[in-house]
Amino acid sequence: MKTPSELRYTEDHEWLRPEGKSGRVGITDFAQDQLGDVVFVELPEVGRAVKQGEAFGVVESVKSVSDVFAPITGKVVAVNQALVDTPELVNQDPYGQGWIVEIEIADDGEVQALLDAQAYGALQEGGH
Amino acid sequence: MGKRTPLYEEHLALGGRMVDFGGWDMPVQYPAGILAEHEAVRQRAGLFDVSHMGEIDLHGERVLEFADELVTNDCQKLAENQVLYSPMCYEHGGVVDDLLVYRLEPGHVLLVVNASNTDKDVAWVMEQRQRLYPDVQAEDISAKTAEMALQGPKAQEILQSLTSFDLNKIAFFWVQPDIEIAGRKALWVSRTGYTGEDGFEIYVRPEDAVHVWREILRAGEPYGILPCGLGARDSLRFEACLPLYGQELDQDHTPLQSGLKYWVRLEKDHFIGLGPLKEEQESGGPKRRLVGFKLAERGIARHGYPITSPSGEEIGVVTSGMLSPTLGEAIGLGFVPAEYAQVGTRIAVSVRGRAIPAEVIKRPFYRRSGK
Repeated sequence: MKTPSELRYTEDHEWLRPEGKSGRVGITDFAQDQLGDVVFVELPEVGRAVKQGEAFGVVESVKSVSDVFAPITGKVVAVNQALVDTPELVNQDPYGQGWIVEIEIADDGEVQALLDAQAYGALQEGGH
Repeated sequence: MGKRTPLYEEHLALGGRMVDFGGWDMPVQYPAGILAEHEAVRQRAGLFDVSHMGEIDLHGERVLEFADELVTNDCQKLAENQVLYSPMCYEHGGVVDDLLVYRLEPGHVLLVVNASNTDKDVAWVMEQRQRLYPDVQAEDISAKTAEMALQGPKAQEILQSLTSFDLNKIAFFWVQPDIEIAGRKALWVSRTGYTGEDGFEIYVRPEDAVHVWREILRAGEPYGILPCGLGARDSLRFEACLPLYGQELDQDHTPLQSGLKYWVRLEKDHFIGLGPLKEEQESGGPKRRLVGFKLAERGIARHGYPITSPSGEEIGVVTSGMLSPTLGEAIGLGFVPAEYAQVGTRIAVSVRGRAIPAEVIKRPFYRRSGK
């Protein structure tokens, strides 16, 4: 499973790519592999304020429904509309074209407190 | 740790993702994924380990009468080596299980039941035997039987390459005992399945399972066969509207409510549950009915989600639902009051608090061509 070193992670298997004042969010390679074929992604409204740990979206595979949790507090400034017609991007390119939302960073401390790639990798090896 | 079939190690070697299913460790999918496995069965062929299914062997002179008392369908008209599908009911008309009845040589009937219901079914059959037909011998032979399902339009060609027996002689819902598959004697081979495609269910002794499994996958390779897990089994049976016990069938619904009237022979003199079923049918038919529906907007109706009237009044519940891999539509099955059961009726499904409009559509959702 890929775990890019420039990203931050949550224990719930989301990633955050901080870039300036905001960051894109998606689910990890491990998460998409566990879910299997993604067939539907429910996206939040742009402009919605989310709290860290709040479920803001849903990823559905053939067999299961999984909430996606906000890794940080902030406002949703963009959503990946491509997932409406091609949800399989979450499987094919979880850290790239399979991003789900972009969140405006409200508290940089929250970002710093997220897991780094090494810690997230250790979490997976520890038995998810 | 759950129970393991004789093919457990094969699943691990093939990269199967193991999950608990009714106390069994079974593969939900292999690395190809559920959608690819589903497509393989619709277009080519797929091989499923269904060794977790339960088998109950019945012997005795009055074995056919006993089977006929247990199930709602008509066993008496079965010819030797013919198979039938039937619900099996409690006295009140609720469903114990749905199963296959194999009429084998004279005095021998085999019941094949759902894995998660095997213990309950064995107890039920034993109890009825004791009460009604103590002269019939009943034995749970599940542990002595491995089973695999080879399904898909290429199933016959693949299996034919492994046997000298002419498979054209096994018609739909017929069985052939004791034919050799890949050099091993199969207990029974029937043209049955749970996918909506042509195919075979192959019963072998546990010690032969690995060899036969590997040989089928090897023979199927040029055809693009895939080993398939429970995920594809569920999506395939769902499109074909084959009911799943615990979802479309349970002890709280009669088979008439679950849309299985064709398999309930109310003209029979007696079977367990006949009274209440007859009464339900004669008093205008079931008040609650299983329907198929299609969502009009994006979303997936999952098992347990509420079904509402267009005005938002809760009227029923989704039993199964998914984005149909073959049709690409968000469809589902669920129970609604009879007045909402007509094709074309507008309903809605509450998906995480949001009402998604839906319309009752015809079942099955998928029917293979040429049938």
